[in-house]
Amino acid sequence: MLFSPLISKSESVSVIMLKVLLALLPGIALYVWYFGPAILVSITLASLTALGTEALMLKLRNRPIAPFLKDNSALLTAWLLALSIPPLAPWWLVVVGTAFAIAIAKHLYGGLGNNLFNPAMVGYAVLIISFPAQMTQWLAPQGLVLAELSFTQQLDYIFLGILPQGLRLDALTMATPLDTLKTHLHLEDTLQQIFHMPIYGQIGGHGSEMVAWGFMFGGVYLLASRIISWHIPVAFLGTLFVIAWLFHLADPTHFVAPLFHWFSGAAILGAFFILTDPVSSPTTNKGRLIFAAGAALLTYLIRVFGGFPDGVAFATLLMNICVPLIVLYTQPKVFGKKTKGDKP
Amino acid sequence: MKKLYHFHGGIHPPSNKAQSTQLDIARTPLPSKLIVPLHQHAGETAKPVVHAGEHVLKGQLIGMPDGFVSSAVHAPTSGSIAAIDMQLIAHPSGLPNLCATLIPDGKDEWVERKPVADYRSHSTAELQQLLRMAGVVGLGGAAFPSDIKLRTGKQKITTLILNGAECEPYITCDDMLMRERANEIVQGSEMLRFMLDADEVLYGVEDNKPEAITALQQAITASGPALQQNKRHEVVAIPTIYPGGSAKQLIRVLTGLEVPSGKLPTDIGVQCFNVATAYTVLRAIAHGEPLLSRIVTITGNVRQARNYEALIGTPIAELVALGESLPDTNGYIMGGPMMGFPLPAMHVPMVKATNCIIATSERLFPSPPPVMPCIRCTRCVEVCPADLQPQDLYWFAQSREFGRAQAFSLFDCIECGACSYVCPSHIPLVQFYRFAKSEIRAREHDKQLADLARERHEYHELRIEREKQEKAEKLKAKEKAAQAAKLAGTEPLKPEQQAELAELEASRAHIRELAQSAVEHSKD
Repeated sequence: MLFSPLISKSESVSVIMLKVLLALLPGIALYVWYFGPAILVSITLASLTALGTEALMLKLRNRPIAPFLKDNSALLTAWLLALSIPPLAPWWLVVVGTAFAIAIAKHLYGGLGNNLFNPAMVGYAVLIISFPAQMTQWLAPQGLVLAELSFTQQLDYIFLGILPQGLRLDALTMATPLDTLKTHLHLEDTLQQIFHMPIYGQIGGHGSEMVAWGFMFGGVYLLASRIISWHIPVAFLGTLFVIAWLFHLADPTHFVAPLFHWFSGAAILGAFFILTDPVSSPTTNKGRLIFAAGAALLTYLIRVFGGFPDGVAFATLLMNICVPLIVLYTQPKVFGKKTKGDKP
Repeated sequence: MKKLYHFHGGIHPPSNKAQSTQLDIARTPLPSKLIVPLHQHAGETAKPVVHAGEHVLKGQLIGMPDGFVSSAVHAPTSGSIAAIDMQLIAHPSGLPNLCATLIPDGKDEWVERKPVADYRSHSTAELQQLLRMAGVVGLGGAAFPSDIKLRTGKQKITTLILNGAECEPYITCDDMLMRERANEIVQGSEMLRFMLDADEVLYGVEDNKPEAITALQQAITASGPALQQNKRHEVVAIPTIYPGGSAKQLIRVLTGLEVPSGKLPTDIGVQCFNVATAYTVLRAIAHGEPLLSRIVTITGNVRQARNYEALIGTPIAELVALGESLPDTNGYIMGGPMMGFPLPAMHVPMVKATNCIIATSERLFPSPPPVMPCIRCTRCVEVCPADLQPQDLYWFAQSREFGRAQAFSLFDCIECGACSYVCPSHIPLVQFYRFAKSEIRAREHDKQLADLARERHEYHELRIEREKQEKAEKLKAKEKAAQAAKLAGTEPLKPEQQAELAELEASRAHIRELAQSAVEHSKD
């Protein structure tokens, strides 16, 4: 009761973060439906690691622990990272990635609100560079491979690295639809041949396209509840569509149709949940458009011409670097000033 | 229907106005004492013109305007001056100020009033002086002397805006005044229009006050012949959005014009007065009554919220006693919940700027949750009516990067508090902006002092230089005499001696030049 205003609209940081977590649920539910419950194990593991690392770092930094543990931001980082890691990955992969994301990418930069980079994507980048083999053990959608693990068998593999007798990991995992596409294009297969493979669904990968729909549903909820603005998702998906469409027009045998790019990899998740992280994205609307368009361009280039299976993570990190500059040069006009804000 | 414009941002806090509009405006009983601050307005403190022990009549001048931006202060009722001393006043700083304490004699006896029968026969300058001496200041909150706002210079004023928006939650004093005294407001507005020679008068009233809008419309229709012909008076219902009653935002909504940054509304041909100010103008001119009372909303955690016409100087404690605050009351706010401030003590007096007193309780105004770091969610940007980047300004203020804060238009912030209202991290943003502004102002003040000191130092240097110069001239004259004596008596100088002399001469000339240029420089 000291300063005006003395009233406030109470939607706290923790409520906002909680709503973002809720918005992830439809996508996660479809993930479980198509790929089995292993993802829930990685989400749980990542969540526990995130909360533990957060508490430890807060203690080391002499910050109050309870209010920050309750802000749900560490959980969000954990969930986004878990969703980027193959569900059947060994437990330590999830733990190392999450701990790195929280301790290094978040707290060493000053904690909540101060990180230049998206912590989940930093965690992902560290893992894919350090442990490329483990990071490509993607579970095949259920029903596509002969061998399938029960939930307890999955737990055995995740925590103990034990597979049932006579079963090899290759029999359970597959390359992602994006990866498969890249490999087969190198083998000079036509797109038509490639898309006849069972891994592909209607527009993207079998199963994964439905998960993407789930994330899009959650993203629309975030837009409707005004937690995110339309600028980043629209600019990201729009630019990705236009670039893919132009390449597709020029050479339809080698460049896949734009909708495939939307519904494979982390495009939808990135557009609504990753690039929209308020801390590491621009604060001006025009800046958001530039940021998301740049991320879409980089995503496409990395996917199609680069060496990594997906480009969303690296595109996000590269664009994160540009944020201060973008914000500085996209200052909106101030009330009563003819020209745009002075650039200091 | 008049075309309305839009300003960026704004919020919709719960209005809480219905509580205090159930009953009509009541007059307060005569308080036991009145503490009348001599500085109730923007600008210079009025100079006391009465002594302790003196008997004064109602409306008698007790504080003479002192300086260009200043206003008069009067005795709100008849009685004797008990003291003229420093008293705690209702100001966020909690610092005392010069006040006259008046013990009423209960007679409420008026000083001789001099109503102006036909103001149109008077010059604008005369009327301005009348308002200055009647202590008329803006009653919307800033308490800026109204006569200054009528001195518009050469700029032609096309539109006079009467601000009846009253966008802050809880406050209803303007609403009730418009409902009950619309005729006086319209007549006072016409006086203001006459003094400004404006072409049209627009009454901006938020559309959550339909009774006030109807009352003003009826008053305009009724006083049709009294208003000068071809000069339009129009009531405009504007959307209810905070801070729609902020002058710049209201001008934008009604005219589509933006007051340029660092300029005044008059620079774009618009002037803005509060409806209550118009009422006071009428009382001052047509009835010869200086500003002695105003309408105050007593609301919040009280048994009966209501508007009162109260004398300036009434102790807040006596005022809120009328509303009967509930047992769990834990404090009082002066002004609205968005821009008001908690009162430092209950014995402070109400002033010309006091539009509302809100009794607070934990139920109505829960303590804010702990402050979290800014996550740059830009909810503040979405609601900022000045199109600023509050999260950046906060960052700069916090890290004391005042230059950058200024470059990011800190001084265009109107401190409406919309940013803090929506902040999910519950950061008291406006406090940071006030801090940065006051730091910058203090630095500018320091810089001015430093400039002054440097000037003094330069004068000092100059004096020393001049003394040196005079000494050098004396020396030169001496040497010349010696040389002449030498030349007359002995053999001519050797070439090297001549060169030495010439060098000496040249360096002296240089010193003189330096001194000369310093003198000229200081004259510039």
